[in-house]
Amino acid sequence: MAKFKKRKTEMPAISTASLPDIVFMLLFFFMVATTMREDTLLVENTLPYADQVEKLDKKDLVMYIYAGKPSQRYQASMGTEARIQLNDNFASLNDIQQFIFAERESKREELIPFLTTSLKVDEETRMGLVSDIKLELRKAEALKINYTTRTGDASQNLD
Amino acid sequence: MAKRETPEVNAGSMADIAFLLLIFFLVTTTMENDSGISRKLPPMQDQEVEPPILKEKNVFQVMVNRNDDLLVEDELMDLSDLRQAAVDFLDNGGGVGPEACDYCQGARDPASSDNPDKAVIMLVNDRNTSYGTYIAVQNELVAAYNQLRNRTAMELYGKTFTRMEADYNDVNYTGDKELLEEQIQRVRDMWPQKLSEADRAN
Repeated sequence: MAKFKKRKTEMPAISTASLPDIVFMLLFFFMVATTMREDTLLVENTLPYADQVEKLDKKDLVMYIYAGKPSQRYQASMGTEARIQLNDNFASLNDIQQFIFAERESKREELIPFLTTSLKVDEETRMGLVSDIKLELRKAEALKINYTTRTGDASQNLD
Repeated sequence: MAKRETPEVNAGSMADIAFLLLIFFLVTTTMENDSGISRKLPPMQDQEVEPPILKEKNVFQVMVNRNDDLLVEDELMDLSDLRQAAVDFLDNGGGVGPEACDYCQGARDPASSDNPDKAVIMLVNDRNTSYGTYIAVQNELVAAYNQLRNRTAMELYGKTFTRMEADYNDVNYTGDKELLEEQIQRVRDMWPQKLSEADRAN
């Protein structure tokens, strides 16, 4: 009678050789899709909803002005009144014109007419501050503006 | 002589390196593409310039007060009705003779706007109005213009205005771009966005 050798049945190890390939694939996807966050937000910034929106595609031709209540950790020093943020700092209304001129300076001359100002304003901000910002922009002749919003039904803003 | 084999490079740590990079990009990534309502601010004017006199029937006053209530022509209105009210006003075409509007389909009420070129929407807001409400109102008013432009573009060129604009911005569009630009401009001229904003000081 044939003798059966007692064979050890071991599970073969799963090959991880293709793991780098998978990870690289993901890596390239994120590298291509990524845009670095330009400014660190110092203010609360919940944008309102709107559905009649246009896309802002040329990122290099956009100047950002943020406004809203200071974030939690700055409230002790800055209070809870809505503030303006330009670049990485809190700013006052008088700084806006200077900011626009500085931004213009850094762009090529032929691109200056296409510069757009994106207003990223928290939905709970009072219009008084927004009107003041708009007045400063008019003084600086930065007339193209975009109220940056989230895409969605506008009636959600009222809740 | 014994066969010598070159030892293989250990690629085991490749995954670790790739993971490190992957996590870095995952953290720094922001996918969203900014979009919003584009507007053009009026240029600064000298104080001496007299504002043009508008007939009251050609002005559609939309007011948002400090409690975020919407008042249209001094009457309370729901945000959901604003779009239709604005469309009715712009589309009225009550003018006669040279001021008549042949593409309007409105009620032709002589007490409302003469033609879209004359019709002005005046948006008044208080300093205490919240930004969210303001954007909601702006959105509805822009939607009213878009609705009318889409209708006219559909009648004239068989596609919506939004589609035309998207085609114009599309680099892969194969049609005649100059013609398209002309058509877009024509629809824009038929329904000019005359949205005046005032800030009620207090």
